[in-house]
Amino acid sequence: MTPPTNYPPLLEVKSLRVEFPTRRGTLVAVDDVSFDIAPGEVLGVVGESGAGKSLTGNAIIGLLEPPGRIASGEIRLEGRRIDNLPYEEMRRVRGARIGAIFQDPLTSLNPLYSVGRQLVETIQTHLPLSAGEARKRALDLLKEVGIPGAEHRIDHYPHQFSGGMRQRVVIALALCAGPRLIVADEPTTALDVSIQAQIIALIKKLCREHATAVMLVTHDMGVIAETADRVAVMYAGRIAEIGPVRDVVKDAKHPYTKGLMGSIPSLGVRHDRLTQIDGTMPRLTEIPTGCAFNPRCDFRGSRCLGERPELMSAGASRAACWLHDRGGVGAPAAKDLADA
Amino acid sequence: MLAFILRRLAQSIAVLLTVGLVAFFLFRYVGDPINGMVGQDTPAQEREELRTKLGLNDPAPIQFFRFITNAAEGNFGLSYRTSEPVSRLILERLPATLELSFCAAVFALCIGVPMGVYTGLHPRHWTSRALQAISLIGISLPTFLIGILLILLFSVILHWLPSFGRGDTVQIGWWTTGLLTWSGIKALILPSITLGLFQLTLLMRLVRSEMLEVMRTDYIKFARARGLTNRAINFGHALKNTLVPVITVTGLQLGSLIAFAIVTETVFAWPGVGQLFIQSVQFADIPVMAAYLMMIGLLFVLINLTVDLLYFAVDPRLRGAGLARAGGH
Repeated sequence: MTPPTNYPPLLEVKSLRVEFPTRRGTLVAVDDVSFDIAPGEVLGVVGESGAGKSLTGNAIIGLLEPPGRIASGEIRLEGRRIDNLPYEEMRRVRGARIGAIFQDPLTSLNPLYSVGRQLVETIQTHLPLSAGEARKRALDLLKEVGIPGAEHRIDHYPHQFSGGMRQRVVIALALCAGPRLIVADEPTTALDVSIQAQIIALIKKLCREHATAVMLVTHDMGVIAETADRVAVMYAGRIAEIGPVRDVVKDAKHPYTKGLMGSIPSLGVRHDRLTQIDGTMPRLTEIPTGCAFNPRCDFRGSRCLGERPELMSAGASRAACWLHDRGGVGAPAAKDLADA
Repeated sequence: MLAFILRRLAQSIAVLLTVGLVAFFLFRYVGDPINGMVGQDTPAQEREELRTKLGLNDPAPIQFFRFITNAAEGNFGLSYRTSEPVSRLILERLPATLELSFCAAVFALCIGVPMGVYTGLHPRHWTSRALQAISLIGISLPTFLIGILLILLFSVILHWLPSFGRGDTVQIGWWTTGLLTWSGIKALILPSITLGLFQLTLLMRLVRSEMLEVMRTDYIKFARARGLTNRAINFGHALKNTLVPVITVTGLQLGSLIAFAIVTETVFAWPGVGQLFIQSVQFADIPVMAAYLMMIGLLFVLINLTVDLLYFAVDPRLRGAGLARAGGH
């Protein structure tokens, strides 16, 4: 499943830090986040609301809403640095090299223009095609995303489509200039459960066919397990654990991931109770010193209170937890986690 | 679509009948028109004859019916003041008012909308803040004061523009226009600004708040994510979504521009229907007042009808109801 890693990554995020200056001081919403996405790879990003996963996605497409800003770090796409591009140059990257899919298909489309017009407009912005060729491409895309009767649906307006169909149109819009990477921010959250699986399958199929990589932001572990090659778990603005999806789901290395997996109901396995993680994620103003997860962690040691753990390798994954610090002092041993 | 238009026409007729009823009662119960028409020493018998001749002794419903049928033909009787047909008096004056209102509306739209777009797109820029502050003056200063200040500056001190009248006009059929002569255009400038300033600031503030609203929507964010140019986003996607409320307000304001041109016409001695109305009030010239009332009612109804039709042109969701069923799956 995991693509070979001997060629350079498509997207590199290095020590990304996103800040919100407020009257009461600067809030750090994304702190020292680093990860890569290989060409054609699907990286799932999970976490609770406010963990910084959507902001990371917005930072990559260059659409952080002011006053939010990238305070430090680097984002490279195909080796080219894109986090400091002037607006106009970044505009040419968006849509053409990086596509985006947002949460709510009902509000992502302009209600006053037909879907065909919105497709043609996007295609012509990025590709040197005539109006006729662009319309042909738009039609092909609509067929490809599975809109029945695309020939005359192309002139319909968004309100004439159902939610699932609109998300298909949104996917067509994200793909229409042939991007290498799609940032999909909660693409199924607003949809009916019965439609969600279809949309996920569609994104997966199209991206495989077009060799497009996906950064799939969601809080739904089920979607990740189904779709992603690798997964990054975010907590309080940092990556808690990152690794191949199978390892993270089956054998979580970070106590937070462990709790997250324990809270997912599954068929076939008899649970007396679902486990839950006590407490809530800290607000950005009150992130504790040391490990941000320490107030809720069952394995808390003295070191966790004072020192912030960096990502360190733990099996096939990497986890930001002192449990995996070899020869660590003052932290419980990793075998306790495995026993839990 | 056709059903909608027919329904709106029926509503419009109902509105006009109601306005007609008000105008009719004005006619009938505000003072005795005979007093204004005859001398002080006219015998009671002659007065009674005149009353019968004018049909004022008939039962009220019959008089109302006669008033409405005459009004439908454009016949509002004779002015008590000048004894001329009211319809001719109004038609003579109407072009002046319509041209003034039209210029004021164009002025308000052409400056107010771009200013609104600019301040909506750059809400934190200092020019936006300055325009916002200035627009408060426009919205709070009374029209007559603006008119008088403009006259003081441009006519009295600078001698650039005339302070009253329409200048030279050209006759085209029954329509007299000041738009074809230099002095006519010069005469239009100050009254148009005076009349349009309030609408300008209103439109600017409306477009600004609508733009701020629209720029926050998901489809604008998605349009950015698709890499569309700023021009396509701001003017293609955002501005078009602000149009429905802007059309509504422009329509309503166009009606009030015509109806409330009275103050501006008085300040600038503009020979329009507003001035005619003021003169009629002073002379209790009820036929003219009634006709004016009916005319304004008709204009409002026509403008609102146009506005409703424009909604269809702008917003596909309104045409959608029937179309979706016909073309959908």
